[in-house]
Amino acid sequence: MILYVISTIFVLYLAMGQPEAMVWKGLFWMIQLFMSVNAVAKSFLQEGRGRLLYFYSIAGARDFILAKLLFNVCLMLAMSAVTLVLFLFMMGSPLQNSLYFVFIAGLGGISLSLVFTFLAAIAARAQQNAALMAILGFPLVIPQLLLLNRVSNIAFGDVLQGGLSSMLLLLIALDILIVVLAVILFPFLWKD
Amino acid sequence: MLRQRWWKIVCVILLLYTFIAGFLGPVPALPILNETIRNFYFHVAMWFCMMIFFVISVIYSIKYLRKSDPVFDIYALEYAKAGILFGCLGLVTGSLWAGITWNAYWSNDPKQLGAVVALLIYLAYLILRNSMPDMDKRARIGAVYNIFAFAMLFPTLWIIPRMVESLHPGGLGSNPAFGGEDARMGRIFWFAAMPGWTLLGVWITTLRIRLQLLHDKGSYHA
Repeated sequence: MILYVISTIFVLYLAMGQPEAMVWKGLFWMIQLFMSVNAVAKSFLQEGRGRLLYFYSIAGARDFILAKLLFNVCLMLAMSAVTLVLFLFMMGSPLQNSLYFVFIAGLGGISLSLVFTFLAAIAARAQQNAALMAILGFPLVIPQLLLLNRVSNIAFGDVLQGGLSSMLLLLIALDILIVVLAVILFPFLWKD
Repeated sequence: MLRQRWWKIVCVILLLYTFIAGFLGPVPALPILNETIRNFYFHVAMWFCMMIFFVISVIYSIKYLRKSDPVFDIYALEYAKAGILFGCLGLVTGSLWAGITWNAYWSNDPKQLGAVVALLIYLAYLILRNSMPDMDKRARIGAVYNIFAFAMLFPTLWIIPRMVESLHPGGLGSNPAFGGEDARMGRIFWFAAMPGWTLLGVWITTLRIRLQLLHDKGSYHA
């Protein structure tokens, strides 16, 4: 995973040098997106049938999905930190409010990982197809990516971003919505 | 109930009335919009119908999860398809309207993008269903994803476009659907256009459901 991240960012650096703020931001979110797809896909789809049966017999459905969500969130936070450090290291730092952007990157990582965890749960039931998860996932994360993009505008300069707090609240509300939905709906998937 | 003819005749009459009164009747003279406000009966009505059909579809999905009756699954699928059809029509009518009033058929407006994303999510629902050959699994996972997709409709279609600046009425707080029409148009909308389009959608959907049920019955006895 880390090797994937390093190599991708390195290729980007070779291609783009040290881009300016908006491009930097766009590239960062793209890398986040693909990283979250891969990280979550690996974590969920690698479980063989035997192991899934074992989990089914020892843990309830709710606990299982909460554990998966939590694990993927932690994984994504770690990966986001790595990505951010590598980005700052290789592609220069057009950030002005760094702490704020760290927070936004963390929030974005959490949001993406939640959506993809739930989708991986669905795709794992549907013949374990990683490409399917990607197809299902991209429309679903577009609203979040849109919000993240707008919210991270502020980190690059003193742009007056109207409705910032409501967008942040909406992002957090979306995350909560996805967690709640996943917890409610996963037991039905688990029955298989 | 499904086979009776009266509501289908009512549907045809209502739609004919909508078309005739819509195109020939007087409309308030609004700046920029001028005569195109007549699209109100079509574009807004279609989006409302889409929401109605998605609500019905998600209700049947929830019913299926509570009691695994395959009929519920067929209902959910066909109503979702009807919703997608009306959504696409709404998108096309909106795009035509935009071509005249905003001078561009597609302007990457947040509302347009939200609509495309919502339709993509439901199209992904259809793809998901097709990827699973096993009927029970398909129905159950389809139902789960349907509920999830319905929940995602709200942020994409209703919340985000109202929060940001947008050419479409509704950006930054105002009402996205109503406000351009007067009382007479409102009457035609609520009593003729909406019921007419909804009944048309129900007619198409129930025909498809009956066809699917016959097909399934045939394959059981074959």
